[in-house]
Amino acid sequence: MNNAGQAIHLKKEILVRIIKAFLSDNFEEQARLIPYAMRPKGMEVPYRCCVYKERAIIKDRTIAGLGFPIEEDDETVSLATYAKKATERKEISDKNLTVLQAACQGCKTNRIYVTDLCQGCIARPCLSSCKFGAVSIINGRSVIDDSKCKKCQMCVQACPYNAIVKITVPCEDACPVGAIKKDETGFASIDFEKCISCGKCISACPFGAVHERSQIIDILKAIKSGKKVIAMVAPSIAGQFPGSIYQLKTAIKKAGFYDVYEVAQGADITAQTEAKEFSERMHLANEKATEWLNEWVNEGGYGEKPETQEDDNVQHFMTTSCCAGYNQLIKKHMPEIKPFVSDTKTPMYYTAEIVKQAYPDSVTVFVSPCVAKRAEGYENPNVDYIMNFEELGALFVAKKIEILECEETPYVKESSKQGRNFGFSGGVAESVKASLKNENSVKPCIINGLNKESIRQLRKYAKSGECDSGCNLIEVMCCEGGCIGGNATMNNPKTAKKLINELSEKSQDIEKV
Amino acid sequence: MEKINVKVCMGTTCFVMGGANLQELNDIIPRKYGDKVEVNASPCLNLCSINWEYSKAPYVKVDDEIITEATVEKVLETIENKLGNN
Repeated sequence: MNNAGQAIHLKKEILVRIIKAFLSDNFEEQARLIPYAMRPKGMEVPYRCCVYKERAIIKDRTIAGLGFPIEEDDETVSLATYAKKATERKEISDKNLTVLQAACQGCKTNRIYVTDLCQGCIARPCLSSCKFGAVSIINGRSVIDDSKCKKCQMCVQACPYNAIVKITVPCEDACPVGAIKKDETGFASIDFEKCISCGKCISACPFGAVHERSQIIDILKAIKSGKKVIAMVAPSIAGQFPGSIYQLKTAIKKAGFYDVYEVAQGADITAQTEAKEFSERMHLANEKATEWLNEWVNEGGYGEKPETQEDDNVQHFMTTSCCAGYNQLIKKHMPEIKPFVSDTKTPMYYTAEIVKQAYPDSVTVFVSPCVAKRAEGYENPNVDYIMNFEELGALFVAKKIEILECEETPYVKESSKQGRNFGFSGGVAESVKASLKNENSVKPCIINGLNKESIRQLRKYAKSGECDSGCNLIEVMCCEGGCIGGNATMNNPKTAKKLINELSEKSQDIEKV
Repeated sequence: MEKINVKVCMGTTCFVMGGANLQELNDIIPRKYGDKVEVNASPCLNLCSINWEYSKAPYVKVDDEIITEATVEKVLETIENKLGNN
């Protein structure tokens, strides 16, 4: 869920205008006019110092909407040129985020700061609490020497007046892997070597400075050229738009797509494959355990533990593998957990495979709740483009498609209750459990959102080879609440989950494997 | 006293531009005001086609009053004002 309020409203409005411009007779000119249309002469200036700055910033945001990095803009190139370049573009970039650095100026760097509430007390707990000698008293008040401060926050806790505060940079705070930093120039930038594309910075920044590099023009271009463009909608889409998912299918087709597939269909395959894999892996563990026990007993229960215990193949837990953010985390930061991660592919993978088999000449578009799927899509040759929920919404707005007025169209294959529940925390583990004949063999544990704490926990499990309290299936979801908490979702997770449940309750149970 | 009537626009534009969050009102309003206020989800109220188009969406109507760029807080505030006036 994106908390950036008005900033997100602005981003969506820009997307609508970009799409309208593309659909008009003169894309380049209409794109050039976007900042002027949104901030016309004489308009009251809503956020910044003047209308010129407003327009400059809208221009930057439009660059991201056209799919280009804002950082590389030298301000001389007009939006008309960007629009032209977007239509000529053949390939998309693997760097899927871009920062509007001009918006970062309003944000103070991460530091510990003594406010005017400092009473200059006699006890001076701040002074004694600091282990680094960073606090000193100047003119009867506490002052922090930033060059010595380690940001441990002991003084913050020590002050009885709550006079010392930690000034946070929301994007830095939100990033679970330290990939976004406000540097000495005061601008945030993303280190793509570290970035796991989780999108938490997008949701966290109150200035809306972090943008996804949209592929909407590439998608519209494919539709315009008459290709069979197929939308594959993530399970979390139920509850993100008005009406039913069947009405949504009609609406998406009206928007120009050739056909629409539920990714929940692929989720069913993920659940069943993962269930099989789970029982094989855990069966091996049980077998080995019995083997050791027998050997040990035969030897009279003495001596060294048998060597087989070092066997890497024997594991006591498995983690799910459907979350793109988690998969990026494993790849870039936590290779040690890889052996414990299920080899089963994601719902998007299986769905794209099905679509490409049915329509080999199609262009596939995954409709996504988050930016992480852009990273996964980039690596999967069966997935051509990613369009997030906001972009789909903007497309509906631009084309004036009323979902509630659409007929219901059935999907090629009805997905199961469990597949449709993939988009919220707990849903995936439940689906694996429901796919097994022996449901009791699953003892799930849920990682509901990746953050510094849960990452530490996962590292611990990988190192010890054991999960807390005998759990054997760890479901990992990068976003709090699951995919319904993704950065590009439009509904609050609570309502979204309620709406998904309404749909899944009417769906049949998954077949056991 | 007549019931206050709240219409939350569930047209595509309003929904996409932030109206999704207004669905919470379906739970909040009955809990808070009982039968004094009636809340309904409405198909497109056609407000987005006037004037500023999608820029001012989402729209909510509280009786005859139109709330632009509606939020849960704005709607509740309008209801409070009306209840106070009555």
